[in-house]
Amino acid sequence: MSAKHTHITDVLIVGAGLAGERAAVEAAAAGLDVVILSLVPPRRSHSTAAQGGMQASLANSAMGKGDSPDVHFADTVKGSDWGCDQDVARLFVEKVPIAIRQLAYWGVPWNRVKAGKYKHPNGMELEDTKDKEGLITARNFGGTAKWRTCYTSDGTGHTVQYTMDSVVCKMGIAVHDRMEAISLIHDGVNCYGVVARCLRTGDLIVYLAKATVIASGGAGRLYGASTNAVICEGTGTAIAFDTGVVPLGNMEAVQFHPTSMPPTCILMTEGARGDGGYLLDKNEYRFMPDYEPEKKELASRDVVSRRMVQHMRKGLGVETEYGPHLWLDIRHLGRKHVWTNLREIANIAMNFLGLDPAVDLVPVRPTQHYTMGGIRTNIDGYAYGLKGLFAIGEAACWDMHGFNRLGGNSLAETCTAGMIVGEQVAKYTLGAAPAFNYRLVDDAVKKDEERIANLIAGKNGKENVYELRKAMEETLNEHVHIFRNGPSLETAVSRLQELHQRAAHLGLRSSGLGANPELAAALRLPGMIRLSLAIAYGALMRTESRGSHAREDYPKRDDVNWLKRTLAYWKAGAELPTLDYEPVKCTEMPPGDRGYGEASARNAASKEK
Amino acid sequence: MSNRQLKISVFRYNPNLPDDKPRMQEYQLEEQQGMTLFVALNKIREELDPSLMFDFVCRAAICGSCAMMINGKPRLACKTLTKDLPSEITLMPLPVFKLVGDLAVDTGTWFRDLQVRTEAWVHTDKEFDSQALEDRMDNETALAIYEPERCIECGCCVASCVTANIREDFIGAAGINRVARFMVDPRDKRSDAQYFEVVGNEDGTFGCVGLMACDDSCPIQVPLESQLAWVRRKMALAGLKL
Ligand SMILES: Cc1cc2nc3c(=O)[nH]c(=O)nc-3n(C[C@H](O)[C@H](O)[C@H](O)COP(=O)(O)OP(=O)(O)OC[C@H]3O[C@@H](n4cnc5c(N)ncnc54)[C@H](O)[C@@H]3O)c2cc1C
Ligand code: SF4
Ligand code: SF4
Ligand code: FES
Repeated sequence: MSAKHTHITDVLIVGAGLAGERAAVEAAAAGLDVVILSLVPPRRSHSTAAQGGMQASLANSAMGKGDSPDVHFADTVKGSDWGCDQDVARLFVEKVPIAIRQLAYWGVPWNRVKAGKYKHPNGMELEDTKDKEGLITARNFGGTAKWRTCYTSDGTGHTVQYTMDSVVCKMGIAVHDRMEAISLIHDGVNCYGVVARCLRTGDLIVYLAKATVIASGGAGRLYGASTNAVICEGTGTAIAFDTGVVPLGNMEAVQFHPTSMPPTCILMTEGARGDGGYLLDKNEYRFMPDYEPEKKELASRDVVSRRMVQHMRKGLGVETEYGPHLWLDIRHLGRKHVWTNLREIANIAMNFLGLDPAVDLVPVRPTQHYTMGGIRTNIDGYAYGLKGLFAIGEAACWDMHGFNRLGGNSLAETCTAGMIVGEQVAKYTLGAAPAFNYRLVDDAVKKDEERIANLIAGKNGKENVYELRKAMEETLNEHVHIFRNGPSLETAVSRLQELHQRAAHLGLRSSGLGANPELAAALRLPGMIRLSLAIAYGALMRTESRGSHAREDYPKRDDVNWLKRTLAYWKAGAELPTLDYEPVKCTEMPPGDRGYGEASARNAASKEK
Repeated sequence: MSNRQLKISVFRYNPNLPDDKPRMQEYQLEEQQGMTLFVALNKIREELDPSLMFDFVCRAAICGSCAMMINGKPRLACKTLTKDLPSEITLMPLPVFKLVGDLAVDTGTWFRDLQVRTEAWVHTDKEFDSQALEDRMDNETALAIYEPERCIECGCCVASCVTANIREDFIGAAGINRVARFMVDPRDKRSDAQYFEVVGNEDGTFGCVGLMACDDSCPIQVPLESQLAWVRRKMALAGLKL
């Protein structure tokens, strides 16, 4: 057997979420041939699930008055706990208003400003002015000084993805769905494309391109319990990691969202708190103001998640057979608001737990939500380590999020980075000559064929993919979660190492023929365990607390030693990632107080003394 | 109280395997509290039969991947709780769509074809000006666009539609609703006559026989009945003027 087909194109995009499609449009507009690969039809990508919105400082709504890219920049840097690249954050905040307006031009039905006085469900009296009527409005999200999150009711990701996909359709860009990239074709210097496995037939297909762009989304499913869709397994990131020359940035920076609904871990959008929702404990007491008098429920996500765990550790969570949880209370927002502006979450509570949030409390607890780390790129989206390779979106560490992403900044990143990096990809590709080494391609295909044949024959052993996978998920959930410490992280690293060794001996129980799902899982798992190791080992070595990375044994941010980004490499045959570090650019705002969170509370306390 | 034993009968057929034949296969499973078919099917795959094919992505009734015939009705499997079903459950793939294998069908290709045929994108001569403010729109219009836009392309309405089951090219309620979304959008400059070209025919609005099985089966309550009636009226009028 050899590859069933070979496709040659100018630009190959791995991922049809928002980042991938936006970049594809930019490259196609430059006259290039573009092919997009995706595990699923584009409109089923995880981006569709984003409910809340997208941050851009349009300053149209009453509570957005006075907003500007500068204010957005400061919020983003504080949110990142000074872990982000400030040049990238600056570029992003300047461009995102254009990206949002372009989406309006393409067809996104953004909610608009209605002039007049009104009472916000949170009780505030507000007035939207006549001069702004009909412009794009915004809602409140955590960690922001202004109301800046543009939205379409409860379906922002849906409408933006459908609109982007309509442009992809209109431009006739080729999308090959149910097509999974399983390895990169490269020679250690250049990237030439990917080997993919067709999820309809099981055939191997080769894609050769002058530029390859990884836009494969996050890796939340490494944790098992995650708000992410089940396809967010980080495989695009893993195939770049596997080259040994492309580093992953800050994989230890993992975001936990305060409000996911147990036991299924479906997200209750931050919009619920933005619109005035409360968090209550088992006594139905609103506890957040005690911890965060200033921002209350709307401090940044890392802070709210930690406060919730802290509160549950005091025994104030609601005990259930699947662990403790707290309550989300949006009853006071009123039935109309709940079932119009927050309809999606009302539906989820109703469908999955039979609860009506207009009258019932909804159980919530913090859960893995976002992968800040990813394929490290420069400001133009070029991946470190391989020429002709780019990365964007959640799969990338472009690094505007540092150690904590603000709600609404990720969807905004996908389209803005798609626009900016898409242009750079086009520029690069127009100047690149096709040079494919067929020997190299053959070798890459043979390697994947051999992996598949061995799994089917059980040549290396009979380890069960689902068992190992579960053990990996449990390890991360138990030891590399919201609060971390040295001994626990060491346990995680050694368990994951053992699982990695065992994963070399996977064998299928089914035939593996055709588009067999067990084979797909077995091909993914070793790479997923390597990503887990990058998270756990990076977390063990980072002896400070910053943003979402909270070490109980090193509770303070340490700017003297740790104002730097982790770069993890996976060298061939290694048992652990090799870690390297690079300085973090603080070009505009030197490290300081975030204005919320534990450090801020400490500062306030010492001032009082 | 002991948990129910579920008997789940699943359609099996992998068209890529030369010797495979369509058949029903039965799995026994103990019900758990709050169990959805997403949980049940994954349990079957992980513990009983790793070759079983089905599609889930969001598992939250948002992405439209997991529609299947559940005891004869097209529904989203991820939001179907087993406690709402009898202990004997029969799962079949959606009709109309091409079978990928077992319970997985190719709704993606079907809907892509629909987008292309109905040119489901904003048609305008205007260029985007990156320096200008966005065009104004009143919020009511934005909400009116969002209503049909909410469709998640799950295919339930298509599977339940008599016309779609016999006419391969019928665009179904989802297709007509998609066109309605652009008709209410002031940014789309197509005239009624141009829309008539797209849906004013037997594969579009005039192929619909109005029995409204579609409306009942939409898992997210897109108001198909009113959208279909609106498009039909508008196109009938446009037809008179042609
Ligand atoms: C429930 C939820 C709600 C959210 N809400 C918000 C919000 O309100 N605001 C906000 O800013 N952010 C939000 N986020 C985050 C945001 O949605 C994501 O970060 C963002 O959508 C990621 O977009 P992406 O294009 O990078 O990846 P995705 O949309 O995940 O797309 C990845 C694509 O890659 C493809 N792919 C993956 N692996 C492969 C492979 N090996 N081969 C081929 N194709 C592959 C997939 O098929 C898919 O098309 C939310 C996240 C969650 C989990
Ligand atoms: S009303 Fe029309 S679209 Fe709906 S099921 Fe009947 S024929 Fe199909
Ligand atoms: S209209 Fe409803 S049933 Fe039909 S495809 Fe859309 S979401 Fe599914
Ligand atoms: S898995 Fe997304 S709708 Fe069911």
